[in-house]
Amino acid sequence: MSDATHHGLPMQEPSHPPAGRGFWRNLPFWGLLPSWLLMAFALLVPMIIIAAVSVASRGAYGGFDWGFDLTGYRQILFNEGWSGELEFTPQYLSIILRTLGLALTTTLLCLVLAVPMAYFIANQPPARKAALVYLVTLPFWVSMILRVYAWMIILGRDGPLPRFVEFFGAPAGLSFMYNDGATLAAMVYSYMPLMVLPVFASIEKLDGTLIEAAHDLYGNRWVTLRRVILPLAAPGIISGAILVFVPALGAVLEPTLMGGGKQMMMGSLIQLQFGGGRNWPFGAAIAMTLLAFVVIVLILTARRATAKGATT
Amino acid sequence: MSAHHDVKRYPGLRPLSVLFFLYLYLPLVVVVVYSFNDNKITGVWTQFSLKWYGSALNNTALMNALKTSLLVAAIATMFATTVALLAALAIMRGKNVRFRKLSETVVNLPLLLPEIVLAVATLILFSLLGVQNGLLKLAIAHSAFCTPFAFLPIRARLQGMSMDYEEAAADLYATRWTTFRRVTLPLILPGLFSGAMLAFLISMDDFITSNMLSSGGTTTLPVYIFSLIRSGTSPELNAIASLLILASLVLATVALLVAARGGRENS
Repeated sequence: MSDATHHGLPMQEPSHPPAGRGFWRNLPFWGLLPSWLLMAFALLVPMIIIAAVSVASRGAYGGFDWGFDLTGYRQILFNEGWSGELEFTPQYLSIILRTLGLALTTTLLCLVLAVPMAYFIANQPPARKAALVYLVTLPFWVSMILRVYAWMIILGRDGPLPRFVEFFGAPAGLSFMYNDGATLAAMVYSYMPLMVLPVFASIEKLDGTLIEAAHDLYGNRWVTLRRVILPLAAPGIISGAILVFVPALGAVLEPTLMGGGKQMMMGSLIQLQFGGGRNWPFGAAIAMTLLAFVVIVLILTARRATAKGATT
Repeated sequence: MSAHHDVKRYPGLRPLSVLFFLYLYLPLVVVVVYSFNDNKITGVWTQFSLKWYGSALNNTALMNALKTSLLVAAIATMFATTVALLAALAIMRGKNVRFRKLSETVVNLPLLLPEIVLAVATLILFSLLGVQNGLLKLAIAHSAFCTPFAFLPIRARLQGMSMDYEEAAADLYATRWTTFRRVTLPLILPGLFSGAMLAFLISMDDFITSNMLSSGGTTTLPVYIFSLIRSGTSPELNAIASLLILASLVLATVALLVAARGGRENS
């Protein structure tokens, strides 16, 4: 009876359990079977296949041929010259580094905006708190592509922001589109709620007397923030950071629409290889590289969480 | 004690929060305002006009994309919510569950993977299997990544709910099916509802997977909007966007109100 200690109290099974039919007696099996089947078919098998494709060779007419060939991975760093010599090309490496940089910056900017807002909302009276949480959540229900499109209008030629800057003497006909800054603006805007909500959840649970205690011990507001509030909000900050960092790393819409064709990120590069590029092994190799970064981040944060748990 | 001495207050947070909420809402307002612009060029205001709304509503490609999106989202929501409900029941109420932790991780796996990786992996699988039906491909792929969004609220609901009611029903000789139907299901309904709403929203919103898997007749709404943006922004797009923003906000408000009411009743 694995659930006998529900709520931490020893509990008695009902003394006269009604005989369950097959389904209920085997609830764990029948209940979990559909999700295992769905995930195996739509997730685990495809992941194995993409790993296999990343080490397959390029097909003559697009697609791929089974086999073992590391050309896909090699192409990330080296270009094969016409006589077969390998030449280091930083082209894709710089896309990878830009992707990491943009995803990291997005996460940090979201964090910088989310922590004060989550703290402010958590300290409001209940009714206003509920209203503010609702207001933070609401834009998240608007389709991602429309939120990116809104930023295309704002930053684009004749948009409100260039007009605003023009008013202060900047040259006319400006556009702030098609650069990393534009991509970043749309990414921070899109992923913001994913950061605010977990941070809010952990700040709300925070014991207010600890802040008062810090104050009684002559900690000023900033010391209290650094030494009491932020460490206690760490679980929310970590899960918010993962929730933002992972999709930001794989972003496709923002770099494609805001960055223009030249400002690629790993996500849009993968899409290109499977769409027009027709180099599946290379696209799969980039996808595996992207996945590797995600796994590294997950392992690092899981370790950190357990290390924290052990010391407190 | 005045607010000035409250140690939990940080100066400047109130004005900062005003700016923050302006930042959240101004972009949406900008789209709606420009949708009433008569001029063909979005940024140059000429005069108020509703004509782009008329042309948006008469756009058959748009309506077809909307139909495809609604159909895929409806199938994915039903499928994902059913799978998620069964998994949550098994994990939270099953006895002697082996692989409990692993099963939970598997259900939540789509949340931890970048969508583009999953999308191309699914694309390869379907091309190897020779699946041609665009709608079928979309429905399967959407069901998979919608499942965790349906699962989490249902799980949270089951976790927050005392087993006393179900045990009382069992003590009164209710069969497990009756207990489920008359006790458990009504109690988890708010969680089930918000799970389904989230799954629906995530499916409607999806661009990356739909764009990879869509073929001729199965263009979803975000994919259609993307193609409109790429082909040079037509002012009609602003009207489409405004209608969709309005629909999302109304839908979200209803969903959040129902969830909040459910939360109050059972706390």
